[in-house]
Amino acid sequence: MKKRAAIPSWVPTLLFAALVFIAVQYASDREIISRYWSQVIVFAAVTSISALGLNLIYGFNGQFSLGQVGFYAIGAYGSALITKDFSKNPWSGDPIGALCWIMAAQIGIVLVLLAFQLLHIGDLNKSLRKTLSRTLKTHEASMICTLVTLVASALILAAGYYATLGLHWVTYRLMSALFTALPANAAKNVNFLLAILNGGTIAALVAYLVGLPLLRLGSDYFGIATLGFAIMVYTALQNSDLVIPTMKGARGMVGIPLYTTWGWAFGALVVCIIVLRNLIRSSQGRAIISVREDEIAARAMGVDVTRQKAVAFTFGALFAGIAGALYAHLYGFLHPSSFNTIKGFDPLIIIVFGGLGSMTGTIMASVGFALLIEGLRVVLPQGFEDWRFVIYPILLLIVMLLRPSGLMGTKEWGWLRAPLPPERDIPVPQRALAAQQTHNHGEEA
Amino acid sequence: MASAHSLADSTALLDIRDLTMQFGGLRAVSDLSLSVPSYGLHGLIGPNGAGKTTVFNMISGLYVPSSGEIVFDDRMINGMAPQQISHLGVARTFQNIRLFKDLTVLDNVRIAYHQHAGYNLIEAITRLGRFRRQERLLTEQAQDFLAVFGLQDRQLELAKNLPYGEQRRLEIARALAVRPKLLLLDEPAAGMNPNETETLMQLIRFVHDEFNLTILLIEHQMRVVMGICEWITVMDFGQVIARGTPDDIQSNAAVIEAYLGKQFGKGLTPDVAAS
Repeated sequence: MKKRAAIPSWVPTLLFAALVFIAVQYASDREIISRYWSQVIVFAAVTSISALGLNLIYGFNGQFSLGQVGFYAIGAYGSALITKDFSKNPWSGDPIGALCWIMAAQIGIVLVLLAFQLLHIGDLNKSLRKTLSRTLKTHEASMICTLVTLVASALILAAGYYATLGLHWVTYRLMSALFTALPANAAKNVNFLLAILNGGTIAALVAYLVGLPLLRLGSDYFGIATLGFAIMVYTALQNSDLVIPTMKGARGMVGIPLYTTWGWAFGALVVCIIVLRNLIRSSQGRAIISVREDEIAARAMGVDVTRQKAVAFTFGALFAGIAGALYAHLYGFLHPSSFNTIKGFDPLIIIVFGGLGSMTGTIMASVGFALLIEGLRVVLPQGFEDWRFVIYPILLLIVMLLRPSGLMGTKEWGWLRAPLPPERDIPVPQRALAAQQTHNHGEEA
Repeated sequence: MASAHSLADSTALLDIRDLTMQFGGLRAVSDLSLSVPSYGLHGLIGPNGAGKTTVFNMISGLYVPSSGEIVFDDRMINGMAPQQISHLGVARTFQNIRLFKDLTVLDNVRIAYHQHAGYNLIEAITRLGRFRRQERLLTEQAQDFLAVFGLQDRQLELAKNLPYGEQRRLEIARALAVRPKLLLLDEPAAGMNPNETETLMQLIRFVHDEFNLTILLIEHQMRVVMGICEWITVMDFGQVIARGTPDDIQSNAAVIEAYLGKQFGKGLTPDVAAS
């Protein structure tokens, strides 16, 4: 039995977090580190959030995904549309136009999904077929069933569309009331907060919809399918100006307000770490991990594997969306090439490097990754910058050879560690004790 | 087969009727009927490849039967998802131990408790509402199970670091945490020495009495089957060839033939054959 620490584990963790926050804030305020380097540190925090999301999907849930960059991009562009509309020369002619439409559309989609779930549209076909086949011929029954299912789905979709229009009216009233009530500076911050949250939820919603069919695939096939998803997002972004001109497609989206500060990025990171840690250290989280460990045993123990995969994938994408939103407002410029498949490997490299199934390792590796890539740019002589992408893969190879399970393996630090169970004296029934004793005797013999 | 149907009364917890499993051209189980009465300790034996584990996989929902019915607790369960069947009260262990290897002993049991956790995702993330009380309760109940199985001192060790016998016991503990009505044990004594086997037999009897369970077990070691089972069903080539009390089975000509071939049709007991 491990020894119990006198002070609770969250105390040193909180102190450490506070220290990091104050140190970076102080250093960038006093210009001890240049603006460029404080941007690199903020970028490291942003990357951590996205990588933590992927670690939930791949490290904890065991689903090999290459689609993280797609969700990152969705979060980035979605949130940029919202804040760009609000800050200056509203592209939709209305400061809160994009925000309200995005929010209404999301609620509308959720309502449609709920309707499909509650009305059992999936089972309708099967049950109706069973009833009808008693009186009708097989082909007649199946034709009628298909028609009924299609009509029912179409009705729900139409209802969802009109619900979205209604919801837009409601959200528009609410948001304009909210933003007129707030002073200018607070309104800006609230708008950014809403943009971040919406960036996350759009990505999560898309992940849920994409995950429904994809998560049925086995691990490698799932990886390929998510790669396909990332490529689709990339292609869509390159041609995005055909639908929304202000996204500018392959020319790159400019004029996004630079809202992301160290405070925002650090705050978002802390919230994401708390959410992920609380999720992992709960019965839900254990069920998620059991899917990685042994899917068949998990099913036999009553774990709904499909549900756990969907939860992990959706939460992972939520984190990616939030990270994307922060990224968009860090540099103020978005280009599809920042979200191509090569970039898509970055979070994967980070979580393998840090340790699959270790939150601490992921954060360490993200910071290390960002600092290494930028640090090499400074260290290497002029004209040799491209050698960074030779040096860091070599470093990666060395680490993988020396520590195949990553820097941390599945170990955690401080508050992120699993809490120790209570120590108790448990009375054991006499017959059970008897069985145990003969057993121990048997082992010695 | 007449004796098989005399058992199928209204108290049967599990009732299998004309169950068939077809893998391409292979008929692993064909027209199998089997009924397991409540609170019984029932054995399922047969030579290698007889289809015993396939039957288990169908009962626990991992395979969908090609045809036939599985009725558990007055409900048709064939075609249901494994987790639904588990929620109805069926738990199992595996022939080749399937623990969550990189998790602690305690977590292995707590995962099986998931469906009884009693708090939702939001409560887990915010740590509000029922979370604290339920999580403590859940942990304590898992520890109680471990104590019964003599594993309480091992609760923080990784499952893969346990010795073989303890892994077997942990798997049974984990299955019990599902709070099943029916426990399926797939070759629990495989790879155990005589002493360990003796303990296991005591343990199975204890579990059966203590938790008011119905147990269906597959086993090759005749000592175990003959020692603890009240009823035994013998399978060969996907079909039931005999069933009855251990005494009946030991002198059944069809069983001896299945294990030893035609020339031994009479005079040897399967006990000798298997040892």
